[in-house]
Amino acid sequence: MDIKVGMADLNVCSGTDTITTLGLGSCVGVVLWDAQAKVCGMLHAMLPDSTSIRNNSNVAKFVDSGIDELLKRVLAKGARRQNLVAKIAGGAQMFSVSNKSDLIAVGKRNAEASVKKLNALRIPIRAQDTGGSCGRTVTFYPENGQYHIKCVGKETKII
Amino acid sequence: MRGSMGEITVESMSQNYLDVLKELGNIGAGNATTALATMLQTKVDMSVPQVRLLKFPEVGAILGGEEQIVAGVYLAISGDITGSIMFLVKEEVAVHLINKLMGSETARDLQGELERSALKEVSNIIVGAYLNALSGMTNLRITPSIPDLCIDMAGAILSVPAIEFGELGDEMLLIQTQFYDEMTIDGFFIMVPDMDSYQKILSSLGLLG
Repeated sequence: MDIKVGMADLNVCSGTDTITTLGLGSCVGVVLWDAQAKVCGMLHAMLPDSTSIRNNSNVAKFVDSGIDELLKRVLAKGARRQNLVAKIAGGAQMFSVSNKSDLIAVGKRNAEASVKKLNALRIPIRAQDTGGSCGRTVTFYPENGQYHIKCVGKETKII
Repeated sequence: MRGSMGEITVESMSQNYLDVLKELGNIGAGNATTALATMLQTKVDMSVPQVRLLKFPEVGAILGGEEQIVAGVYLAISGDITGSIMFLVKEEVAVHLINKLMGSETARDLQGELERSALKEVSNIIVGAYLNALSGMTNLRITPSIPDLCIDMAGAILSVPAIEFGELGDEMLLIQTQFYDEMTIDGFFIMVPDMDSYQKILSSLGLLG
């Protein structure tokens, strides 16, 4: 079964199931994976920092609170904390104009916030495919740890 | 959006603001129909515009799925209010508009410089029609920036306005209008005013405090 993760959303899966986000733009798709348990989780976060926004009850909307929640969910699914590694995709810049300078670089800031949060949690980052200016459809395979990344008009990249 | 803005949130304003968008949809689409007919030199009809309120996980589905290739034109607005505007159509609609505008029979791709300019131009006309409607309703001065065009997956392009809405709340608002010439031109208009600009729009219409 392929589990879909929408915008400002997260979910977990295991075994031969897969987990997918379609059309990731400036958002980031952060994956946590335990190779032994074959358990993974994916977060599709929109903004880097929940502490800078007053309306922050939707934890999956933010990189920091989203990764905290994702960690809880993969542990509950049977992953072990010490086995966890991470992979990151997304954080593109789709347009070159913006009305606010902090939003033009939101993709880059989402990717940076993911690295910072994972470092703080001491979860090793195995691979990253971030930045650029194209959308990505991403699928993670917990059975072998492959993160498949597809851009329009390009070959699927595996990280 | 923080501090001096007190307790006003997007959610608390949203009913009044929805009414504003409905009115904007009607007048703006009417203007856009006239402008399109002139530009494409053909008869253009329109449906009653619909204002859609979407939770983020639903956003990707509105144009036929997250992976549907769409053309999105994005621009910033300045003047009495600030924020951003996006106009989106599906790839085949974009090709149709370009062919009509350039008077060609054969299908063109969307990557050529001339094609991209043509698409920006027609989007500019449509966006201008909506902005003129908003200016007329509110007496606010609104100036658009030069447009930027991106052709990619709907989910990826929609992430841009969704993130801007995400700074304020958990929903995205858009106006969907169908224009008809020989084919249905399903157009999506998304406006994201900055927080203090929401208040300016509403107070200019006597809908706030």
